[in-house]
Amino acid sequence: MATTYVESPELVDDGPVLLVGTRKGAWIVAGDEQRSHWAVAGPLFLGHIAQHMVLDPRDRTTLLLAAGTGHLGPTVFRSEDLGRSWKEATRPPAFTAGDALGRSLRAVFWLSPGHAREAGTWYAGGSPQGLFRSEDAGDTWEPVRGWNDHPKWETWAEWPDEGTPDGSMLHSIIVDPRDASHLYIGLSGGGVFESVDGGADWQPLNAGSVATFLPDPEPEFGHDPHCVRLHPLQPDRLYQQNHCGIYRMERPEARWVRVGDNMPRDIGDIGFPIELHPRDPDTAWVFPMDGTDVWPRTSPGGRPAVYATRDAGESWTRRDSGLPDRGWFTVKRQAMAVDARDPVGVYFGTTSGEIWASADEGASWECIAQHLPEIYSVEHADPTSRR
Amino acid sequence: MKVRIPDPLRSYTERQAVVEATGDTVGAVIADLDRQFPGIRFRMVDEQSKIRPHMKVFVNEDAVRDPETRVTPSDELTIMQALSGG
Repeated sequence: MATTYVESPELVDDGPVLLVGTRKGAWIVAGDEQRSHWAVAGPLFLGHIAQHMVLDPRDRTTLLLAAGTGHLGPTVFRSEDLGRSWKEATRPPAFTAGDALGRSLRAVFWLSPGHAREAGTWYAGGSPQGLFRSEDAGDTWEPVRGWNDHPKWETWAEWPDEGTPDGSMLHSIIVDPRDASHLYIGLSGGGVFESVDGGADWQPLNAGSVATFLPDPEPEFGHDPHCVRLHPLQPDRLYQQNHCGIYRMERPEARWVRVGDNMPRDIGDIGFPIELHPRDPDTAWVFPMDGTDVWPRTSPGGRPAVYATRDAGESWTRRDSGLPDRGWFTVKRQAMAVDARDPVGVYFGTTSGEIWASADEGASWECIAQHLPEIYSVEHADPTSRR
Repeated sequence: MKVRIPDPLRSYTERQAVVEATGDTVGAVIADLDRQFPGIRFRMVDEQSKIRPHMKVFVNEDAVRDPETRVTPSDELTIMQALSGG
């Protein structure tokens, strides 16, 4: 394994590309075909808080970056040449002027491309927990009023903002590949919500998942889903890494099953990310963290490990070969990714600024980048043009 | 009037530290800035027309938070940032 650090992205090989958002800028990490040599290009937007960088999987060209700084308002930058040049969105995501609740957007936290048949459509999730939509490849954004102005928004969303240390946020925006009007979102805190009419109306989807931090441990809403995923080849299957466990749901059932109960007791099933195998709906990876005592959010016992399931959560296997014996970092909800190669490459970025890669579906790990700022997000990209 | 631009916003003003803008209120001057330099307003004023918490706006030497504050062409507007954090 070899890594070089360069200033600008020159993707001269046909290997996987990772889009890395950090607390102080963004990087583009490109591998060769064998996934043994990596070029770490950046920083892009040094000093900006780069929450999430995503390549449009439909045109494989448009790159969006959700960014802000500690002082300036949030925005979205766009690139059509893999980060060599950028243009700011003409109208970034924002709540409506004169909003009844007086909400103003503090951060664009999450970006999701829209349905495959709706070219140029994107969704963005914010903090506070607003949902926004663009129909012109991220240049102009409109509030999704059915969510932001839903009569129950104030009840469902943690508001006024008293949530997670980085503020309450809307994440895990999922579009059903069979139906562009069927949407899921996750709220930290608030729970999982579903719309079957393109976002005009919403319903909570939290039955079966617990919220041990509330007086009623099984409320209708108020949960803290950390990351929700739908398998594109089996769109009736949802996975969820929650503040209180790992869950799976098989639609049309509307009840979560806690498959995290099958994790080793001394590890538990608390964590932030969950990633799915692109071709096998039964395979998923998680990165457990210590959710005991005052919630250090580091690996249990300080021994970093990925856990993998090959049977939809019925059993889990520890995958830590090559990872450090001791480590005290966190892997955030957007900071784990998979590529589409065979065998699948699995990647995660740490709050201590390292990127770890496995070219064998988690069996062994190598560090491919270090000394980056705190990593917020890692996304896999497959750009059409690399030069 | 003369408007002083802080370093983090000069990516919008082609690196100019001082620009000219017109208006009879602070909000109107900032709106004119946005006409000249699209996007600059939302980075310092939120969608409810409030000056963002870490942005400081001075009319001459007086700090103001109200965008409705009246100004005249002989005033000078200084936009600053309260840099904090690590």
